[in-house]
Amino acid sequence: MQEREKILDNYTAKVFKNRKDHIVQLEESGVSQEIAANSRSIPGMMVNRGCCYAGCKGVVLGPLRDVVTITHGPVGCGFYSWGTRRNKANNPDGRNFIQYCFTTDMQESDIVFGGEKKLKQAIKEAVEIFHPECVLICSTCPIGLIGDDIQAVATWAQEAFKIQCVAFSCEGYRGVSQSAGHHIANNGLMKHIIGTGDALPHAGKHTVNILGEYNIGGDGWETSRVLKRIGYEVLNVFTGDGSYEGIKDSHIADLNLVMCHRSINYIAEMMKIKYGIDWLKVNCIGIQETIRSLREMAMYFNDPVITAKTEEVIADEYAAITGDLDFYKEKLAGKTAGIFVGGSRTHHYQSLLKELGVKTVIGGYEFAHRDDYEGRDVLPSIKLDADNKNIEEITVNKDEAKYRLVIDRERFEELKDKIELEEYKGMFRDMDSGTITVDDFNHYETEKLMEIFKPDIFYSGIKDKYMMVKAGMPARQLHSYDYSGPYSCFQGALNFARDSYMAIYAPAWKLIEAPWKTTSTLMGKIGGAQ
Amino acid sequence: MRQVAIYGKGGIGKSTTTQNLNAGLATMGKKIMIVGCDPKADSTRLILGGLAQQTVLDTLREAGDDVELDLVLKAGYGGIRCVESGGPEPGVGCAGRGIITSITLLERLGAYESDLDYVFYDVLGDVVCGGFAMPIREGKAKEIYIVCSGEMMALYAANNIAKGITKYAQTGGVRLGGLICNSRNVDGEADLVAAVAKEIGTQMIHFVPRDNMVQRAEINRKTVIEFDPTCGQADEYMQLAKKIDGNDMFIIPKPMEQERLEQLLMEFGILG
Repeated sequence: MQEREKILDNYTAKVFKNRKDHIVQLEESGVSQEIAANSRSIPGMMVNRGCCYAGCKGVVLGPLRDVVTITHGPVGCGFYSWGTRRNKANNPDGRNFIQYCFTTDMQESDIVFGGEKKLKQAIKEAVEIFHPECVLICSTCPIGLIGDDIQAVATWAQEAFKIQCVAFSCEGYRGVSQSAGHHIANNGLMKHIIGTGDALPHAGKHTVNILGEYNIGGDGWETSRVLKRIGYEVLNVFTGDGSYEGIKDSHIADLNLVMCHRSINYIAEMMKIKYGIDWLKVNCIGIQETIRSLREMAMYFNDPVITAKTEEVIADEYAAITGDLDFYKEKLAGKTAGIFVGGSRTHHYQSLLKELGVKTVIGGYEFAHRDDYEGRDVLPSIKLDADNKNIEEITVNKDEAKYRLVIDRERFEELKDKIELEEYKGMFRDMDSGTITVDDFNHYETEKLMEIFKPDIFYSGIKDKYMMVKAGMPARQLHSYDYSGPYSCFQGALNFARDSYMAIYAPAWKLIEAPWKTTSTLMGKIGGAQ
Repeated sequence: MRQVAIYGKGGIGKSTTTQNLNAGLATMGKKIMIVGCDPKADSTRLILGGLAQQTVLDTLREAGDDVELDLVLKAGYGGIRCVESGGPEPGVGCAGRGIITSITLLERLGAYESDLDYVFYDVLGDVVCGGFAMPIREGKAKEIYIVCSGEMMALYAANNIAKGITKYAQTGGVRLGGLICNSRNVDGEADLVAAVAKEIGTQMIHFVPRDNMVQRAEINRKTVIEFDPTCGQADEYMQLAKKIDGNDMFIIPKPMEQERLEQLLMEFGILG
């Protein structure tokens, strides 16, 4: 356990007291340990966290393709969240606005006199030009300070233009990280959009929504392709390449699949209470995890046709990649990795790396909560602090007209013991003893861990990728996948293996040591010698 | 150029007192500018004879970059130059930011001419946020007068304002010049206010008695000095003007604890 101490050693007493609970070195493989999470970062620490607006607009709402999402605030927040996340989207009905950036561009006078007029004007222009059926408003910091009543503007817009308009008070300073923004976005979607459609369940089909899949690099498309091959109908993806048009009818799904537990578990739970839809924690990153997820889905639906088709597709998809994959496995075997990303991905990628023969020695999350590390069984023991309480918790009630149970409860209870039905076991249970996990990791800790563990590759984001590369360590971005992807399911695993192989074996790493450090570059004769 | 800020509880008579005091200083031949820092923009009505003044922020909003000083600066009684910051209607936007924007713009436009003897800032009742403290930040008003009466809430507010001044006095150069008692005919008022002033380390610079003449002049949109220079109240404001012009007692206040303030009120107000 001395590695953990080495990191903490440099801290002052006060910082040590805080950080010691955020850094866990697992004592026993597969056994969870307590970690401190979802609390305030220490001022002065260079952490990788984003803000509430980033979580709400950037992560959850941004990928919806057919809505106009207006950033209400000065131009920076809108501009810098424009097209930076690689959440891809199609254009099936001519409504794909994700290439645009909509912002009210608040100026000094607007701050002084209030920005409601300008926001109304922005909505009016957007509606006239783009004819969206839904407009979302996301507030940035100054809006919360001057108190613009964006809810009232949303109500006005609904009446004035006969569209759906939802306002999100996701000012950057709310909560301790982007996690607060996810929650606020979940609340707004649940309150105003999910279940507002009047579609009826598709009889005779097995329908699913994929929750917490943002279609980075096309992950959602690849997962949907595999599910469709098996015979599932993918109704909606929340929210990668998702649509207002679709999610208003998302209540008719038979089952919700949860990919990113952190950012969307709220919707999964609320849809269960309101519409009776069960949710299954899936992981489509990694071949074994994809297979597990597909088999658990088949168990849930218990349809012999689907079960048979599941095995057939697994076999076929797997066969298509094995040859190439074996090459990468051979090249990657014995390597070690560090992963610092998000609130779910660090867990998701570990099993894929393991299959490739790569051992994850360091893991970390920016904004996860304790349940993401330790599993949902700790939920009752998580104490809410003032920062968490500041974010609204909404309660939903059973919708008698739309409530529907797909499988009987006896079978549900039976399945619950066998599969990850309404259960998330957390990341720790899949990690080995001696590995280090860091919550809300910062620049210093990252550097120090790399120094101690010297992993062969580091997976993180844009904020620390280049600090690693400059230190001579291969690094890949797992937020944006650099310019690559998809990484999900079978084909995706192959892409990931190829990208990791290319990163580690890039010839550049052989050239980073200056030649004069290893060989003499000066030639000469000793004076007076014959 | 002396830059002076007038603070005090809402409705205590800051604008009335400031304008009458300025009329007095103008009669003494002083060159003055009043900067109204209240979104209601009613700090210069008596000097301008009720003229609706176009505010700095409205002008900025409408004219954009083409703001000229003469659009927002009007001269009134005794040549007193009047500026109103203005601001949003109640309940929207950010009035505090408005004051910051407005004063910055006035500086850029050259409103602070070197021939001015005085610049007065008439600030909204409570210093509710950083914007309302703009007039007493570094490089702005160096002296502050607090308008109060013998009423408990007015003195409570005065003590709170003193706390604010203490904070800015330590980082900038702002000092408290005294309390101006704008009488409400409270029992033992002059003694009480003088005692409170002494306790926080300053003086009651003048006791302005209550007089209906102020009301009459206000209805006529005039200061008392302009309306009836011979009346007794005009003389009171002249005295106040002279005392402020000659004032040399500028201190960092020592605000009281709540208990001590209540104790003084008992001593002088109820028991006195």
